[in-house]
Amino acid sequence: MTANIAKKTATEGVGFSSDAILAKVNPVHMPRKTLVDNNRDYRWITQKICGIVEEKTPRWWWSCFLVALFVASFTAVGLTYLVSTGVGVWGLRSPTNWGWAIVNFVFWIGIGHAGTLISAILCLLKQEWRTAINRPAEAMTIFAVMCAGIFPVFHIGRFWYCWWMIPLPNANGIWTNFRSPLEWDVFAVTTYFTVSLLFWYMGMIPDLATLRDRAQKIWRKYFYGILAMGWRSSVRNWSNYEMAYLMLAGLSTPLVLSVHTVVSFDFAVSVLPGWHTTIFPPYFVAGAIFSGFGMVLTLMIPLRAIYGLHDLLTQYHIDNMCKVILATGSMVGYGYAMEFFIAWYGANAYEGFAFINRAFGQYSWAYWIMLTCNVFSPQLFWFSKIRQNITLVFIISLVVNVGMWFERFVIIVTSLANDFLPSSWGYYTPTVVDIFTFFGTFGLFGAMFLLFIRFLPMMAIAEIKAVIPRGDPHYYETKSHK
Amino acid sequence: MENKLEQYGLIAEFKTVTAVYHAAEKIRNAGFKNWDVLSPFPIHGIDHAMGIKRSKVPRFTLIGGISGCLLGVLLVWYMNAYDYPLIVGGKPYFSFIFPFPVFYELTILLAAFGSFFGMFLTNKLPMHYHPVFEKKGFSRATDDHFYIVIETADPLFDPSKTETFLREIGGQDITLLEEEQ
Repeated sequence: MTANIAKKTATEGVGFSSDAILAKVNPVHMPRKTLVDNNRDYRWITQKICGIVEEKTPRWWWSCFLVALFVASFTAVGLTYLVSTGVGVWGLRSPTNWGWAIVNFVFWIGIGHAGTLISAILCLLKQEWRTAINRPAEAMTIFAVMCAGIFPVFHIGRFWYCWWMIPLPNANGIWTNFRSPLEWDVFAVTTYFTVSLLFWYMGMIPDLATLRDRAQKIWRKYFYGILAMGWRSSVRNWSNYEMAYLMLAGLSTPLVLSVHTVVSFDFAVSVLPGWHTTIFPPYFVAGAIFSGFGMVLTLMIPLRAIYGLHDLLTQYHIDNMCKVILATGSMVGYGYAMEFFIAWYGANAYEGFAFINRAFGQYSWAYWIMLTCNVFSPQLFWFSKIRQNITLVFIISLVVNVGMWFERFVIIVTSLANDFLPSSWGYYTPTVVDIFTFFGTFGLFGAMFLLFIRFLPMMAIAEIKAVIPRGDPHYYETKSHK
Repeated sequence: MENKLEQYGLIAEFKTVTAVYHAAEKIRNAGFKNWDVLSPFPIHGIDHAMGIKRSKVPRFTLIGGISGCLLGVLLVWYMNAYDYPLIVGGKPYFSFIFPFPVFYELTILLAAFGSFFGMFLTNKLPMHYHPVFEKKGFSRATDDHFYIVIETADPLFDPSKTETFLREIGGQDITLLEEEQ
């Protein structure tokens, strides 16, 4: 009986039955959101993005670059002073031996995470809107991890021994201690940096070939020619390339989740109240993505205005980023609430004190800044009016980054400054060297990012071409486009 | 020195992605083996239209991943349990549990190297010279033009017949590619 029905449907053709159903249901026509506005074609996309690299260096670029270098010199001076004098020039004193250095390390590492999220996780989830922002976000990841790396390397005091963190034979004959979460961190962060760099470079190869083919000057031909590896747009190459890209996306996804998990292990594996919690890994990862998306918006909104990228980075993209910030900001808020609940429910006097002290103790000002910036400010993104107001989005993206810096400050400093021994309690304040060193990293980050937009394709040209309507092989077959 | 010109193949230009997609299907059905499509971006579903088999890159990923994991185990065991047994916090010299993050990260690191270099190996890159670069206006292949190349090495290749065939399936500006030997 069933076999007969199946046979009958098969012979009558699926077309007939589905047409009948469609006529009955009368579905609403819901066109997909366009990812490139104004129906731009391939050539426009190529010229728009390559034009950024090929034009004469704009004056604003030079002024920004010089300012960035000047700001970066603060880090250079701060570190030189630290090395020539000693780690005492930072505000660290027992029991607060992890001050701004570790706060800044976690802050910068966290910034980087959105880049990997956009390039890897959104790739696996087939979120095509990622194509507009994945390249600058990946660049942001790499530069942020570089800035992050400075702090632990100098925090060890005698930074010329920093190679002891790597398992290499040394004169003492002792190897690294693999039981320490700090050693896991060395592996996590170096792997993260290397894989992000491979992913970023591989994604750029076809676009570097585009720049090579458009190059007029000889140095450009060689520079982009060597970097493009002789890419010739062959589909047989694309096939392997796309598979490798998918593999790297599949590898980067567990990697990015593990990196901030391991960073949170630096805290969670210790026995300090306020740190020793199992909620740390997920809520650190959510916070990292939250701050990273904030940074992507901070970077992309001005660039969109300067280069007129409104057709490539549409309101739809900004809406989506705001929604991710809203979601991860709420997760972070849930993390804060759950920490408090567990501190009470766990009935551990020390844990309870740590949290009451966070919210109402000597650092309560930092706690409330954190809560306002991270939990309350992203809630504004529930309203589409606010998501469409670019100035407000930009301001909130800055607020998010301030908030996430304070989150790390609150976690690290409150637990350390008021430890188990009230006799050693104190009030930790950074010195001017701490502040200058951190301030300078923004210059370092800015200078590297400016070099990136000047010399490398800022957006994924090939990937954007693949997601526009005419990039679909069946585009010219639909009636309206013939 | 004698410069001998060797014929590489015929290249035809296509204006739209739809045209090149259907042309690829026809070439596949005609039974050609040594041919290629050149497109400025990855075309969805073209692998099937060309009859390309699944990429071999995942094999390199797997080899990389397995060797990374083994390297991690070996590293921790040799350094903390064999060469210089380290007593820390009463924990065992070696276990699969405490250094798990190290195994995990090394697995990912070497698997990523496998995928990255696997892509270069399977694509035979870097290859800074290729006969298709001889085609006039080929720089548009990374911009907005699509091309199909049928190599002389293909058993079905015949200079005049293949040219007519390429023209029939919509190819324009058909050129014979030559390379210096």
